[in-house]
Amino acid sequence: MKIRVHVSLKNGVLDPQGRAIHHALEGLGFEGVNDVRAGRLIEMDVADSTTDVALEDMCRKLLANQVIENFRIEKVA
Amino acid sequence: MGFTAAVITFPGSNCDRDMAVAIEKITGGTVHRVWHGDADLPAGLDFIALPGGFSYGDYLRSGAMAARSPVMQAVVAAANRGVTVLGVCNGFQVLTEAGLLPGALMRNAGIRFVCRDVPLVVENNQSLFTARYSAGQHITIPVAHHDGNYFADAATLDRLEGEGRVAFRYGEPVNGSQRNIAGVLNAAGNVLGMMPHPERMIEPAHGGSDGRALFESVLTGLGVAA
Repeated sequence: MKIRVHVSLKNGVLDPQGRAIHHALEGLGFEGVNDVRAGRLIEMDVADSTTDVALEDMCRKLLANQVIENFRIEKVA
Repeated sequence: MGFTAAVITFPGSNCDRDMAVAIEKITGGTVHRVWHGDADLPAGLDFIALPGGFSYGDYLRSGAMAARSPVMQAVVAAANRGVTVLGVCNGFQVLTEAGLLPGALMRNAGIRFVCRDVPLVVENNQSLFTARYSAGQHITIPVAHHDGNYFADAATLDRLEGEGRVAFRYGEPVNGSQRNIAGVLNAAGNVLGMMPHPERMIEPAHGGSDGRALFESVLTGLGVAA
C-alpha cells in the first residue's frame, strides 16, 4: 500500500523558509503570490495490513512534530 | 565518588569532545563518552550532556532522529529520575524532540546559519545551572546554528516565564526566537536546553570564560566533590 504523509506547519507558526521562497518568487517577477508555506511530503510503501491507527502513530511519534506541524495521511491507490 | 558525567555522541555530533573537555576541566570529574546506540548509561551519573552538532544530518527535523535513538530512552528515564541533563544546540533540539522540554526549534528567521558571539541575559539565577551567575547578568556566549528559532504557543511561553523556566534570553534578536528565548528549563529544574555554547567559552583563549559558571553551578548545586 502506497501512503503519502503531508506534513505542514500549523497556522500561526511563522515559516522562514516559506517567506524566503515567497521573496524569491517575487524576485523572479511572479506577481500575485499572496503567501507561501513550505511543508514536507513523505512517501511510504507499507504492508496492506497496516492499520490507520499504526499510520497515525507513525506520524505522531516521528514523522510530524505536533508542537509546530500538522499531518495528513493520504492512501494512494 | 567524584563528579561523574556522560557525554552522548550521535552520528553527526561535533561538539562532543569540546563538551567533554569543558566538563573535565571545570569539574575535575570523570566523563564517560557514550555512543547513541548504547541502550544503557554508565551507573552513578551526576550529569548527562547532549552536545551540539548535526545528528543524523538533521534529517527530517533537527534532533528528530537522535531523540528516538536507543540511548535517549535511557536519558529520558534518567532525567525523570532527577539526573541533571544539559542539551546544547543540537542537544537542545534533541531534548525538545524527546519531549523533555516544551517547544520546538525552527529554521532561523533570517534563513541564514548564525555563527557568532551573542549577548545573553541570565533570566533566572536560582536554577541548578545558573546559580553562579547573578540575576540579570549580561554574558557573552557563542552560537552556531541554523535551527535555533525557539517556538512555543503563547500559553506555553507565559507558563515558562511565570515559572522562571526561561534561563537565558538573547540580549538582541539572533534567530527569531519567541521572546528572544535562548535557554529553557523543565518543570523540575534538572533539565536545561540552550542554543548558545557555554563549553566554547570557558577560558581566556576562547575569547572569554562566561560559560564556566554554568558548569560550576552544576558542580556546586549537586554538592558532589570533584
